Amino acid sequence: MSEILLEARDLARHYRLPRTSLFHPSPVVRAVDGVSFELLRGRSFGIVGESGCGKSTLARLVMALEPPSAGSVRLLGCDLTRLPAGELRRLRSQFQMVFQDPFGSLDPRHTIGRAVGEPLSLLGDADGAARAERVAEALAAVGLSPADRAKYPHEFSGGQRQRIAIARALITRPALIVADEPVSALDVSVRAQVLNLMQDLQDRNGLTYLFISHDLAVVEYVCDEVAVMYLGRIVERGPTQAVFRRPAHPYSRALLDAVPRPEPGRRRRRRQLAGQVGSATERPAGCAFAPRCPLAEPRCRTQAPALRPLDEGRFAACHFAEAMLAG
Amino acid sequence: MSLLEVNALRVRLRGPDGPVEAVRGVSFSLDRGQTMGLVGESGCGKSMTALALLGLLPEGGLLHGSVRFEGRELTQLSDRELCRLRGNRIAMVFQEPMTALNPLHSIGRQIAEPLCLHRGLSSEAARGVAGELLHRVGMPDARARLDAYPHQLSGGQRQRALIAMALACEPDLLIADEPTTALDVTIQAQILELIVDLVHERGMALILISHDLGVIAETVERVAVMYAGRIVEMGPVATVFGRLAHPYSRGLFAAIPRIGGGRSGGGRGRLAAIPGRVPDLAALPTGCAFADRCGHAQPVCRLAEPPPLAVGPEHWAACGRLDAVLASDG
Repeated sequence: MSEILLEARDLARHYRLPRTSLFHPSPVVRAVDGVSFELLRGRSFGIVGESGCGKSTLARLVMALEPPSAGSVRLLGCDLTRLPAGELRRLRSQFQMVFQDPFGSLDPRHTIGRAVGEPLSLLGDADGAARAERVAEALAAVGLSPADRAKYPHEFSGGQRQRIAIARALITRPALIVADEPVSALDVSVRAQVLNLMQDLQDRNGLTYLFISHDLAVVEYVCDEVAVMYLGRIVERGPTQAVFRRPAHPYSRALLDAVPRPEPGRRRRRRQLAGQVGSATERPAGCAFAPRCPLAEPRCRTQAPALRPLDEGRFAACHFAEAMLAG
Repeated sequence: MSLLEVNALRVRLRGPDGPVEAVRGVSFSLDRGQTMGLVGESGCGKSMTALALLGLLPEGGLLHGSVRFEGRELTQLSDRELCRLRGNRIAMVFQEPMTALNPLHSIGRQIAEPLCLHRGLSSEAARGVAGELLHRVGMPDARARLDAYPHQLSGGQRQRALIAMALACEPDLLIADEPTTALDVTIQAQILELIVDLVHERGMALILISHDLGVIAETVERVAVMYAGRIVEMGPVATVFGRLAHPYSRGLFAAIPRIGGGRSGGGRGRLAAIPGRVPDLAALPTGCAFADRCGHAQPVCRLAEPPPLAVGPEHWAACGRLDAVLASDG
């Protein structure tokens, strides 16, 4: 059994919206609403779901970029939510983030060397010469040349910029990298290069990934384990292969069915999900997915199903999970 | 005579370092009721081809070749004459519904606008038609939504409104440029289904532009793969995806991870990435534009642009090494 690197317990993040009426309490968005999972060292954990399901908020909570409304995040045994600011800052070398947009995440006026070396200067590690060496090492690790350090972001293509963003995350030699849609902005052929690079880096350095994406095929390719989120909660979690081959939650199945696949002779017309994602401010009493669910029965609208263990190390929050697996 | 005949279409744009050829000799034809997909990566010229059909080139853009719509040469039309076609006989749905809709006008007014403009309907009559259209595109509570503003709608609903607007004058040709790229997968499935149903119901021709091979494979009958401003492979979807011929199409297909594909070998599979990057259109090599990234390339590939060669019925690929590529399948 490998070591647990990251542990999220009952994480919640609620945002209060402006009051809409004088006589009603201001509405609350439950962006993340009771999420628990563990991440083993050296493995990749994927989080999938549609816009507004809370996956990016979850990433921000794990990165300690904002405090949770409830629950805890433990990294290497330290509770990030309780750590004093100074210690949290020092611990940040252990967890770094890669963002979606390689055009927005690099300052156009900073050279690549400065952008990649910045985390080191902020942490106060390494003097000038040692820092330059680490920058060269990080650039080499992502397949760029040391000469590139004097260039500016506009001189690079989207795929190269994402390599630079990865180099910047790697430079502190972190244990965990949180990647929020790291390849979504890239073209297909370049996307494959970056995904391969991320795998190579994991093999070489024993990195752990928390990988957030709406692209199920990419998640299946990268992740050992996956969690499917819907309206702030995990509705299914387990080994990626098991979940994608035989989903136990009707929402996971609907998501998988909706992905268009380039296979000869496959036509559209499939089980289609009606309606759209409900509102995170007015969570219904029962299962949040019930209004769109083809299997919903009256009790689904009153009793919220808990996330419970099934076979093959997976968990699902559905009253009909066994029937889903059998059918 | 086909509804649309595009012949040797070239588009030259003004680039920062001199002129750039964004479209380099694209030809195809399309009839009513037929659907066709243009697929490729950013900068391959797929959107520019569509904009050229509508005469909507950016400032300083130059167009060569011929675009015949119902036998009329569109490249010779004045701006006024083109305006009479756009939104009327030829309609377009764009990728980002938030920027394609005017935030200051209700969607009812925006859908009614082409009806008043091209059909001369009174604003009351146009509003009635707009309500019906919104209902047809599956907008919940359609009549009440006529007075809604774009910011009050979700992304999927905005795209439905945009489709209603495109359909208003019952166009013969619908061009959809990445219509679902900004949407979630479950909403994408709904919108693609809607477009396909409408095309069949109204006997329109459809050009669907997408970077997503899956979307193309499941939505249209014929596909054209574009690279560096040219169509490199074209044919019926089932035939093309059954036997990809051009090394670029093959590379694109191999580079996408697939659901159920798992990781080959049970553990660490690798995606087959295409080496290098898309060439700079301002500095294209002579000969085949893909040669520098192609595993099959020979010196001959760099001498001249390869002509289209038949792969099967109605299926061709522009590759000088086609025989060797197909033979490599064993």
